[in-house]
Amino acid sequence: MAGEKPEHVRSTELGKPVTMLEAIREALWEEMERDPAVFLIGEDIGDYGGAFKVTEGFIDHYGPKRVIDTPISEAGFTGAAAGAAHMGMRPVVEMQFMDFVSCAYEPLTNYIATSRWRGSGPVPMVVRGPVGGGVRGGPFHSQNPEMAFFHTPGLKIVYPCTARDAKGLLKAAIRDDDPVLYFEHKKLYRAPFLREVLEPDSEPIPLGRARTHREGKDLTIVTYGMMVHESAKAAEQLAQESGLDVEILDLRTLLPLDEDAVIESVKKTNRVLLVHEDTRTGGIAGELAMRISEKAFEWLDAPILRVTAIDTPVPYSPPLEDYYLPQVADIVAAAKYLAKY
Amino acid sequence: MINTAGSATAAGSELSRDELTELYYHLRLTREVEQVLTNLYRQNKVIGGLYRSLGQEAVAVGTAYALRRRDDGTGDVIAPAIRNLGSLLMMGARPVDVLRQYMAKGDSPTWGREQNVHFTDYDRGFIGLISHLGIMIEVMAGVAITFKLREEERVALTWTGDGAASTGAFHEGFNLAAVQRAPMVVIIENNRYAYSTPVSKQTAAASFVARAPGYGVYGDSCDGNDVFAVLEMTRKAVEHARSGRGAALLEVHTYRRKGHAEHDSQQYVPPGELEEWEARDPVDRFMRRVIDEGWLTQADLDTIDDQVTKEVDAARETAEASPMPEAEEALAEVYGGSAARRPWTRLATPDPREA
Ligand SMILES: Cc1ncc(C[n+]2csc(CCOP(=O)(O)OP(=O)(O)O)c2C)c(N)n1
Ligand SMILES: [Mg+2]
Repeated sequence: MAGEKPEHVRSTELGKPVTMLEAIREALWEEMERDPAVFLIGEDIGDYGGAFKVTEGFIDHYGPKRVIDTPISEAGFTGAAAGAAHMGMRPVVEMQFMDFVSCAYEPLTNYIATSRWRGSGPVPMVVRGPVGGGVRGGPFHSQNPEMAFFHTPGLKIVYPCTARDAKGLLKAAIRDDDPVLYFEHKKLYRAPFLREVLEPDSEPIPLGRARTHREGKDLTIVTYGMMVHESAKAAEQLAQESGLDVEILDLRTLLPLDEDAVIESVKKTNRVLLVHEDTRTGGIAGELAMRISEKAFEWLDAPILRVTAIDTPVPYSPPLEDYYLPQVADIVAAAKYLAKY
Repeated sequence: MINTAGSATAAGSELSRDELTELYYHLRLTREVEQVLTNLYRQNKVIGGLYRSLGQEAVAVGTAYALRRRDDGTGDVIAPAIRNLGSLLMMGARPVDVLRQYMAKGDSPTWGREQNVHFTDYDRGFIGLISHLGIMIEVMAGVAITFKLREEERVALTWTGDGAASTGAFHEGFNLAAVQRAPMVVIIENNRYAYSTPVSKQTAAASFVARAPGYGVYGDSCDGNDVFAVLEMTRKAVEHARSGRGAALLEVHTYRRKGHAEHDSQQYVPPGELEEWEARDPVDRFMRRVIDEGWLTQADLDTIDDQVTKEVDAARETAEASPMPEAEEALAEVYGGSAARRPWTRLATPDPREA
């Protein structure tokens, strides 16, 4: 370890607000500081500091043994992270874009996810990276691949949408003994409206607990990621236009799923809209609807509905991508339909 | 290993005046299209990233020139990588289509769905890559196996960067082609960097072509900034593959003079390196060589420059006038025959039962 803690990871210490990206960076730094078993591995994360500069300056301080630049080999370094985890390390793997996690589907879903269950012990590792559309990245730099992993028992899936959650949940993910996929929406990384002042030495935020983003009594929107903020915009519009009081539940963790929080909110508002940026078929809305049907059917005053992306790859051209992505207007229209039902 | 003298090899002397002209035209065309793209990028007319092949044009042009180029689906087939704009143009892709791709226009070959050189024309013999590195080696192994199976004297040729050569897909795809003795040529375009990662962090081996004996295939390497050397090396390998003697692995030594994409300021590049490679510019070297040898005159080259500038400018005008796609076009062509469902919230009267 060399040198002073650099300025760009000290914002919280100095009482300054941080973006979501800075919060992630601080979490990584603080966990590496706290636990020598934590190390980083991925493409261009060393001198370059990562494609989005999340790990900027880390290699100067922690050295190339704990900040490992890899060849372009997602399957290789994800599998290798499991080996390191077996030996007592806590690797944090960076996917340059989460679209490339598909290359590591095999080690993640077969080897890593089943390790504990097979008697080979837990695999404490995190795979993190940027996800999401709206940046004109085209079909291979815009994906939301969470649901490709959702049906694999043994993996945890975290998808924060605020600076506070990003930091607390990443700390928890790193300390968790089970493998965690951690998704970072690239459009939120530097979003100015997400800058917030965090407490120094903040505690991890436990995985598996949803957060009420906005309280309301007329209708519940269950969502996560970018769509939390789009839903919040819709909620403001609905309050003004229709006097509707919308509750927004941010799942934050998709696996384990905070079913209790969903059910509780549905029982309170009796109307529920499920919103996600991911595509429609096989999106988490399907699973949520089933859980609500199983546990709160009698409380519903309207059908369970969803607003999602359309069932296509993520298109590149702006008019197409805007059509593909769920928009505030869709959420508003759906909520009005539900309210009138 | 790298021939920096520029005119030290004998390669080139066998080329006719027409061939030399064609080579120069394509070197110039590639550079000009990218220059126009750079201007469009600065005017925010390019959507997303811009990837340059500045300094690597001789690889793209020289390798593709070794192929049988047809426009009726009977020629050789390539899968370009991101720095192979020149190969794509050589196979007959039109500059206007490249510009439309970069500007996400509705009449681009992918109707605005995909970007840059990610597009396909089976008649002219090129298959659009996706971003995931390595996959095209696997796909092209299948193209080559088909040529062998159908006893067609055609060759599948593709490129990979020094970085993409590290993928599992590279190994699986290439080994398959090798063991099948399929007519496949893979060129490892060693431009010293994969994004910011220097080649020394990509492989512990001294060269990539050292892998050839490991795969049991034909191997060769050359100075990638000498278009004549690239062409000669590729012609031999293509002949090897076409004549049924199996796959070939080639390495070209070159240099990525621009950042990974236009946003990358290349701060990781050691001082002096860019200047050193600028001095080995492949287009300058071509010009010096043909003039020194008396194969072409400066006036010949100037004529081509003019022609290229006019063509690309016309293409730019057409591409700029092209329409953006209509939003609802997003729904089509996921499957044959049926469109994706339109969101129920966008019906004139929103109703989930009607979508
Ligand atoms: C499987 C995969 N991992 C990561 C990336 C991100 N990425 C895009 S290009 C690139 C570097 C490629 O380097 P190289 O293969 O040497 O090609 P060059 O850009 O130098 O032509 C990386 C890491 C990707 N496209 N695919
Ligand atoms: Mg490279």
